[in-house]
Amino acid sequence: MSALIFFFTFALIAVGAAVGMLFSRNAIYAALLLIVNFASVAFLYLSLGAPFIALAQVTVYAGAIMVLFLFVIMLLGAERLPPSQELPWQRPLGIVLAFLLLIEAVYGIVFRVNSAATLSLPVVEFATPAEIGSALFSTYLLPFEITSVLLLVAVVGAIVLTRAEGGARRRALVSQITQAVATEVPEHKAETPEEEKELV
Amino acid sequence: MEPALIWEWIIKSGLILGMMTAGFAYTTLYERKVLARMQVRVGPNRAGPFGLLQPVADAVKLIFKEELIPTNADKVIFILAPIITAIPALIITGVVPWGTAITLFGRVIPLHLADVNVAILYILSVTSISVYGITLAGWSSNNKYATLGGLRSTAQMISYELALGLSFVGPILIAGSMSLGDIVNAQRWVPFIVYQPIAALTFTLATIAEVNRAPFDMPEAEQELTAGYHTEYSGMKFALFFMAEYIKMIGVSMIGATVFLGGYLGPFVDQFPLLGPVYLTIKVAALLFIMIWLRATLPRIRYDRLMAFGWKILFPLALLNVILTAVVLVLRGG
Repeated sequence: MSALIFFFTFALIAVGAAVGMLFSRNAIYAALLLIVNFASVAFLYLSLGAPFIALAQVTVYAGAIMVLFLFVIMLLGAERLPPSQELPWQRPLGIVLAFLLLIEAVYGIVFRVNSAATLSLPVVEFATPAEIGSALFSTYLLPFEITSVLLLVAVVGAIVLTRAEGGARRRALVSQITQAVATEVPEHKAETPEEEKELV
Repeated sequence: MEPALIWEWIIKSGLILGMMTAGFAYTTLYERKVLARMQVRVGPNRAGPFGLLQPVADAVKLIFKEELIPTNADKVIFILAPIITAIPALIITGVVPWGTAITLFGRVIPLHLADVNVAILYILSVTSISVYGITLAGWSSNNKYATLGGLRSTAQMISYELALGLSFVGPILIAGSMSLGDIVNAQRWVPFIVYQPIAALTFTLATIAEVNRAPFDMPEAEQELTAGYHTEYSGMKFALFFMAEYIKMIGVSMIGATVFLGGYLGPFVDQFPLLGPVYLTIKVAALLFIMIWLRATLPRIRYDRLMAFGWKILFPLALLNVILTAVVLVLRGG
């Protein structure tokens, strides 16, 4: 009973946050609602007895990735959507796809496709860090390695992209500064003494 | 699940929250006293004996201060941001054990709230969440200094989180578990600071940056950012930020003491389990002293140097330590 209450509370929060994210006109609020969604999904993982996955979800999605999203939104000043800029083909396509999904769902529920297949209860040890680690490094070794190579490519790509641009800007900046220094000598160079941080 | 167990958890959680809040109040006094002594002053000594009532006086002052919300600030987020900052700080020590177990009213009560097998991961995920409060506070203030301060601190905390996470890996590898209880038990004879001096160093530096303390207190650089992300905050909302900073200091000191200094372990702790929390408190106080000492000694470092230090020195150092530990463990056949 308590498990059901737990599930429905967090499922409601997750769905509510997702819907709110879709309808929010403010990108910051949308991002925050997405974080709420990720966090409540993490609680659902916890209730399934998978703390490792739950915490990985919070660390990676709600933490690292969404911080970067928020960063980009704030730096670009893209908090507010422009009033309305609809794509003409989007709405009919959405309606058609939603209708198809509805038909499929109703078919699945009414006719109970694959009703014979019931989930087997997983063993208690299935989600310990040790189990996940050994699965990653034995059964799923190849996908794991491919993912790591992909990430490496992304890292190198990011460095290459920023270096090319930053180099040109830095050269421009350096020439500007050398000109400025040549024309006037800065009179005050000493840094202000570290002020005592004001306590309450 | 028996009701007594639930009550036990509720009481323990309340105890943690109360201890952290009281700890916050007296850490401010501790810091001011230590700083004063280091600068050949006396420090607060008027309110109560030895200034012991100073935190109370500060709290009363903050409660009666006027609360300002800037025009055009995003009100909801402006009010939420201090709360989002304070909550992760309060819950981060939920997985730290304070001792073995005591018997009370005929019940064996383990002296920890939750000894989970993913404790380190829990700490890292709470740290990664705690970034939001500061970012949102900066953004919602509608003040460019605050926004810059918030963005800077986010970048800083993300950068140092990597080194922080990697410095946990050495102790995890030696203990063979991510549970803090197992990590403490693995230090029964030798604390991990002996086996893992590099990890202890990177942990210390990364956590100082993570809790935004001097010399890495860039988010509140007074000279450049007029106090950074909390420029526009006053009264109790400011107090929440202040509280979060000090509670995080206590939290990371507890975690550092647990992972590298043997946690609650000490002489006779097996005979008298109540000594466990005492040893932990002593170790935490020592680590807090080091943090205050660093603040009194070092000037703030420049922002670009800070980022370069985090990415080019601390991160590779932590990575190197992971490789070294792994290789040594494999060679020893452990």
